Amino acid sequence: MSEDVAWETVIGLEVHCELATQTKLFCGCRNAFGEEPNTNICPVCLGLPGSLPVLNAQAVELAMRIGTALHCEIRPSSFARKNYFYPDQAKDYQISQYDEPINASGSLELPDGTTVGVTRAHLEEDTGKLTHVGASGRINSAHHALVDYNRSGVPLVEIVSEPDMRSAAEARAYASELRGILVATGASDGRMEEGSMRIDANISVRPAGSDAFGTRCEIKNLNSLRSLGRAIEYEAARQITLIEAGNKVDQETRHWDEAAGRTESMRSKEEANDYRYFPEPDLVPLVPDAAWQERVRIAMGPMPADRRARLVDLLGGSVSGAQGDQIRVVVDLGLDTLVAAAVAAAAPAALSLARAANELASEGDAGLALPSESFAALVNMEANGALSATQSKLVLHTLVEKGGGDPAELAGAMGIESLGADTLTAAVAASVQAQPEAWARFVDGDDKLAGFFVKEVMEATSGKANGKEVMAELRRLRG
Amino acid sequence: MSTAREMAAAVRAGERTAREITEGALAAVAARDGEVHAFLTVLADEALAQADAVDAAVAQGRDPGPLAGVPVALKDNLCTRGIPTTCGSRILEGWRPPYDATVVRLLRDAGAIALGKTNMDEFAMGSSTENSAYGPTRNPHCLGRVPGGSSGGSAAAVAAGFAPLGLGSDTGGSIRQPAALCGVVGMKPTYGRVSRYGLVAFASSLDQIGPFAADVDDAALLFDVIAAHDPCDTTSLRIESPPTVRPSGSGVEGVRVGLCPDLIEGCAPDVVARVHEAAEALAAAGAKVEEIRVPEFGYGLSAYYLIAPAEASSNLARYDGVRYGLRVDAEDAGAMNTATRTAGFGAEVKRRIMLGTYALSAGYYDAYYAQAQRVRTMVVQAFERAYTSVDVLLGATAPTTAFKLGDKVDDPMAMYMNDVCTIPSNLAGHPALSLPFGTGDDGLPVGVQVLAPALAEGLLFQVARAVEAAAPEAGGSA
Repeated sequence: MSEDVAWETVIGLEVHCELATQTKLFCGCRNAFGEEPNTNICPVCLGLPGSLPVLNAQAVELAMRIGTALHCEIRPSSFARKNYFYPDQAKDYQISQYDEPINASGSLELPDGTTVGVTRAHLEEDTGKLTHVGASGRINSAHHALVDYNRSGVPLVEIVSEPDMRSAAEARAYASELRGILVATGASDGRMEEGSMRIDANISVRPAGSDAFGTRCEIKNLNSLRSLGRAIEYEAARQITLIEAGNKVDQETRHWDEAAGRTESMRSKEEANDYRYFPEPDLVPLVPDAAWQERVRIAMGPMPADRRARLVDLLGGSVSGAQGDQIRVVVDLGLDTLVAAAVAAAAPAALSLARAANELASEGDAGLALPSESFAALVNMEANGALSATQSKLVLHTLVEKGGGDPAELAGAMGIESLGADTLTAAVAASVQAQPEAWARFVDGDDKLAGFFVKEVMEATSGKANGKEVMAELRRLRG
Repeated sequence: MSTAREMAAAVRAGERTAREITEGALAAVAARDGEVHAFLTVLADEALAQADAVDAAVAQGRDPGPLAGVPVALKDNLCTRGIPTTCGSRILEGWRPPYDATVVRLLRDAGAIALGKTNMDEFAMGSSTENSAYGPTRNPHCLGRVPGGSSGGSAAAVAAGFAPLGLGSDTGGSIRQPAALCGVVGMKPTYGRVSRYGLVAFASSLDQIGPFAADVDDAALLFDVIAAHDPCDTTSLRIESPPTVRPSGSGVEGVRVGLCPDLIEGCAPDVVARVHEAAEALAAAGAKVEEIRVPEFGYGLSAYYLIAPAEASSNLARYDGVRYGLRVDAEDAGAMNTATRTAGFGAEVKRRIMLGTYALSAGYYDAYYAQAQRVRTMVVQAFERAYTSVDVLLGATAPTTAFKLGDKVDDPMAMYMNDVCTIPSNLAGHPALSLPFGTGDDGLPVGVQVLAPALAEGLLFQVARAVEAAAPEAGGSA
């Protein structure tokens, strides 16, 4: 193939989402992360002889919420056994939905309006966790392995997309939006670093304009959005290089090595397991009736896309690019209800959004816990000039630390107050006098120097001056 | 030996103690189980402690339960907390479950005494109890003969008089066939009537726990205790039904009995003769007996020997040496797994794992497993059709009386043919019962089988009582 062929990357994602249920999928053991190994276990999740699975209704409900949010058809479904030997798998088979998934034929709309098809979103159980003990901790050189079955039987929903994505950026946008949806449904905490959401990517390349799919590789071990993006770019480039050199891509499963920044072959198609799926005889078909589906639908809160649209409305219907980014941050972190509450309490929308996206966003869970009255009162104080921007940020941080309170009182206690009008006028005048050359240029029309004077005044007043008032005074003096 | 009903009544009335009964049972086991080998584990201390608890309840005026002081023999695939549960396999040698099967709990709550764990074909795969890794059980009526299987130990324990009651599991006839060969009553309930929680799985869609007893009413007594909804088993049915234990002599006047040649042809002439005599006895008691053909039963065996091994190949995957039971160390996990399973499983278990693995393999699934499921549906429909014209079916349980030890061990197909009359009820999930009716030409017991529609256990016991009432005095001596 000639050098100047343009290549198109085709990406489909399989996302495993651990459901935030109280208990495991088929037994009453606690579903908890990070506890002492092998403490949340019982005969069922250890696969002891004679034990039997009983399906967790809460897991079914969360799966239906995911299906509803992804516009899937919720269908009568059943479970199957996926048979393969592995020490982390207590029964040496995994109970999973196979040919009859609970959710099928859905879609997910990215923030830019692109739609990605969702083939299915089905329930299955997680495996235990192996830790290889040996020189390097890698499987090949390990001396022995330790198995922790706390994760065995934790409920998962596997969300399989259509091969609709065409770039690493698009795949990242999909994963990020999906993560937001999973959190918004209450199905997951979305913590990729704890393995709550794990991504496998199916990647192939083809000449641009072609309808046929190239041979795909499945990439495993993508533990962050960054890994996902890097792995797709690496893998697409690897496949293009192979084809351009006259070789062909082998269908295989590959492992993403984050440190080395490359994918490595794990197993070829020929080595792939024959899973010998067959219907799970220990469980009965799962047929959620219309009333249950309706209850689930009604109980669901708004999805990220709806919540972003609501913030856009609050901002008057159109937003700048920077505000669009702020809206995404605020909705991703669940701070949008705080912004909406502040606006409802007459605080200006743009300033509320900015304080939430820029300041509260870095406060973690404590930021989320801030009472909306405190937040609204603070934004209002800044908006009407009672606090400067710098003071407002300082008081906000302290408010979060204290878990709320009256910002006016707090500002007083902290010795923060806005400058009186006379003091501000005097400070501006002093600054102008001290910098005659800059003042002359400003008077001549060099507006950039306004910022210089604001900074000077801020320094002179230890941040107490209100930037907008300084600007107004400068303009008044210029005449 | 008295019936379980009499024992429980005497214990409840304070006329006999559970300890005295239990001591008697333990003495009988000590005296004769050396030659019969019904038990793999005898629970002497535990049984006596349980008996004392029952006696204490009686003394304090508390209800000791409907099986107060009655010794029960438990098949060794029923999990018993802290007590070895081997399934007749080396691979589970020494394993002590951390929990009780639901039926074990129900028995204890009913005041029964768990006398011991009984021998069985490894993982319930077999029809003679010769596939046990711990040596065969012998038929108490004739020590040179097999007791049948796979629940041969429990059947032999009841036939030998060690315990009036026993529990077995029936996947393709594993209660009814040994009951027939040992001259006792054995019953497979409707699938879902008895919880499978704690029954080590062989073929999950077919397995069902059921009672052994010396007579029909004792079997009904035990059935009533173990038939209960269990939230731990998703396939357990949520139904309440009246007790099946009746005052004696429930009649069969007007009951339509289908004498089924497809459950008789191919059996030995002496067995055929006894089944016809049982039919005549029912007719004499007022039942309407008619012949009814159900040719689809002939396909049951083939379907069964695909479905059961397929499920078994998956159910038995967990014996991998990682968590419990036997482990044979090797250089890595995969090799350890192979070495463990090679050493731990016997030939019949390996044969069925391979059959089942093959039947589920990519490219063969439709031709074997899926096809077998279609045949299974056909058998269910055939039953439905039959039950539009009759209320119960009557046939043989096993093709012959007890055969000699060693006769069929090298011929799996001949061994599999033992299940040909019992398999249809497992495929359909229906209840069926075998009860002794006279003897064969060799003087050994013959069993006849009554089959009933799903959930019709009451009718099943009712018809069985009528057959029992007409049965000739049992031959052989226990």
